[in-house]
Amino acid sequence: MSCCAPGTEGALEFEKISHGLPSSEELWLSSRDLGNGLRQTDLSVPKVHCGTCITTVEGALKESPLVTRARVNLSTKRVSFVWKAEENGVKTDPVDIVRRIAATGYDAHLFTSAEEANDAYRNELIRAVAISGFAAANIMLLSVSVWSGATDATRDLFHWISGLIAGPVLIFAGRFFYRSAWNALKHGRTNMDVPISLAITLSYAMSLWETIHHGPHAWFDATVSLLFFLLIGRTLDHVMRDKARSAITGLARLSPRGATVLNRDGSREYRPVEDIRPGDRVAIAAGDRIPVDGKVIAGLSDIDMSIVNGESAPVPAGAGSLLQAGTLSLTGSLVLEATASARDSFLSEIIGLMEAAEGGRARYRRIADRAAQYYSPAVHLLALLSFLGWGIFGGDWKEALLIAVSVLIITCPCALGLAVPVVQVVAAGRLFQNGIMVKEGSAMERLAEIDSVLFDKTGTLTIGRPRLTNRGEARPEHVEIAAGLALYSRHPLSRALVSAASSARDFAEVSERPGEGLEAVAPEGTYRLGNRRFACGEEADAAAGSDATSEVVLSLDHRPLETFRFEDMPRPGAQKAVAALAREGFQTVVLSGDRAPVVKDLAARLGIADWRAELSPRDKADYCAEAAKAGHKVLMVGDGINDAPALAAAHVSMAPATAADIGRQAADFVFLRDSLDAVPLAIEISRRAGRLIRENFALAIGYNIFAVPIAIAGYATPLVASIAMSTSSMIVVVNALRLNRLARSEAARTEERAGTEPGVETARFA
Amino acid sequence: MSNLLILIPAALFMGGLGLGAFLWSLKSGQYEDLDGAAWRALDDGDGKPGD
Repeated sequence: MSCCAPGTEGALEFEKISHGLPSSEELWLSSRDLGNGLRQTDLSVPKVHCGTCITTVEGALKESPLVTRARVNLSTKRVSFVWKAEENGVKTDPVDIVRRIAATGYDAHLFTSAEEANDAYRNELIRAVAISGFAAANIMLLSVSVWSGATDATRDLFHWISGLIAGPVLIFAGRFFYRSAWNALKHGRTNMDVPISLAITLSYAMSLWETIHHGPHAWFDATVSLLFFLLIGRTLDHVMRDKARSAITGLARLSPRGATVLNRDGSREYRPVEDIRPGDRVAIAAGDRIPVDGKVIAGLSDIDMSIVNGESAPVPAGAGSLLQAGTLSLTGSLVLEATASARDSFLSEIIGLMEAAEGGRARYRRIADRAAQYYSPAVHLLALLSFLGWGIFGGDWKEALLIAVSVLIITCPCALGLAVPVVQVVAAGRLFQNGIMVKEGSAMERLAEIDSVLFDKTGTLTIGRPRLTNRGEARPEHVEIAAGLALYSRHPLSRALVSAASSARDFAEVSERPGEGLEAVAPEGTYRLGNRRFACGEEADAAAGSDATSEVVLSLDHRPLETFRFEDMPRPGAQKAVAALAREGFQTVVLSGDRAPVVKDLAARLGIADWRAELSPRDKADYCAEAAKAGHKVLMVGDGINDAPALAAAHVSMAPATAADIGRQAADFVFLRDSLDAVPLAIEISRRAGRLIRENFALAIGYNIFAVPIAIAGYATPLVASIAMSTSSMIVVVNALRLNRLARSEAARTEERAGTEPGVETARFA
Repeated sequence: MSNLLILIPAALFMGGLGLGAFLWSLKSGQYEDLDGAAWRALDDGDGKPGD
């Protein structure tokens, strides 16, 4: 099973140091105290996917004497383990335990556990489904006996038992619909749940009245089986969203949980981010994210700003530089004076922008609710009219009420309630198999409507990490030396060098100069790796290296040995995806915060005519808003913090899994694989789902057109009503499953295409 | 009629038993990790179903 151990696939030994492990303080802060000196930590391990993975990770953890229990959850891709807070009086360093997971080749991340409450809601729904299913089955059996000829006392007995079972179930399982209907009515709106609530309540009340008066018909079976079917739809809908959410939040978390604060008296203290006040001094080590906005007081480093402004090249920072929360210090340690608390930091500003930029999704009304807007008044009117009609012309008001109720039951949107969720769940399943997560069903409805696609550049159209482009020209021994030096740095260019090298030379000591490069002393002289000026020790002319590429020079005693060139690679499949979108008639635009020449170069290479460069987060969101005003429905694909407002403002949005936390939260779709093929595929499947939903509506309405006259005429016995209702539900479900077949052929084609392209290599970065 | 008095409660009781078993399994977390459970069945080292 070679697929199951990512750590052994010829991985270089030194690759392990690049696993971004959470810090010891963060682990302490996030662990739960279980008492008896035991603590529990939950980590997300996104790469586990099979039985061997479970054994490997659990085995590695259980080897440690500090771990008392370890369990991997494969569905949520998480591992939870219990560890002793101290052993022989020594305080445990939980990083040692987590390092064991990293040593097996799996990345481990902390995640926020705020969404645990959803699990409880899911269980509540499943419980309601189980109980209503139990009731529906039993009442149906009793009804069958009534239909087959039970009379008088036996019939009454059966009706009474049915009523006794149905009553509590109505309250327990029906509460979801009552609550939602009440909420809608309170705000002067109507939704699908209003006719549902009305139908189940009225039919129960009528049946009870019939039972008390020894009537021949009762509708308990219809009431409860309606509830059962509707709850299935609702549970499916919830499970789909839940699954997507847990996969999204389970990935790397970007904002740090805490930071080391330097007190006035010189002591150090690890504090949660929320407790850092303006004026506090914060120590930032190389590789840390900046927790709050601040000004650098001491230290030098290169800052990775890509998450903030989309620019791929790191920016040097020294005393006096202003840094924004969320950026990453790559090469040096810094002391920062906080200028804002976490609540007022850059990230929160972005959240404010996002809230202001309420896009299509706030105005969008789901297809089911739009249908209910016409459907429920129509149904209520119809029932009322048949009641008055039969009352006035037939003279028997009791008979009139019975017919009105059977109209309500037979038109009850059983199929309508299932039509949308079933299709969306099936579609979401197809998307999931292609590595695309959908946050909610309405996102697919919105995606089917779009007419233009906006792309961010860094991290979306490109991988967002530089890659060595002239590996073939460089001499192998030079690559080995350069990799040996680069091993000691977190600079993206160094990382790229290391991952391109097959082996690295050992250096006893390597020093890093932030903003310049690396230096090591060897027997044959002093090696330097860095920018041309640093490596060659002279005022080298800056003409070398165009704007679109970056270079690193390796030198021995200031004599240049080798020049390494790097480029931000386009995402695999980017060109094909853009071409596919153009073929379908979508307008494509690049929106980037990066410099104009770089954006222009990439847009030209991918064949996108329209591009905008040097945009601020607000500009991007404004662009989306203007497009919406002009009547366009846009899909925004982006990943950075700077894209988040635009993601929120767009009609529908998509983000890669490598996106910033906030970007993933803002996006409706998250695609987990590297390839940009996900974009046209998601649009395709969403459109098919939209077509199936409309078909289902047509089926459900067609059924009503056929059945309602029968009910109004007074010929609908409970038997007919129940059978007709179940059949229409079945048809709707079977129709939804057709999407499976359609999508399967699509997936097969995608696989075929992937197979014929051995040149596309998936990037592996820590 | 009298046999119904026994048969109906018996049917309801057995149905209730099934329902109870399902609710219990839900509560004890047996649906938390369906993918994992499928693999663990093949694992020789782990003799217990779930903690």
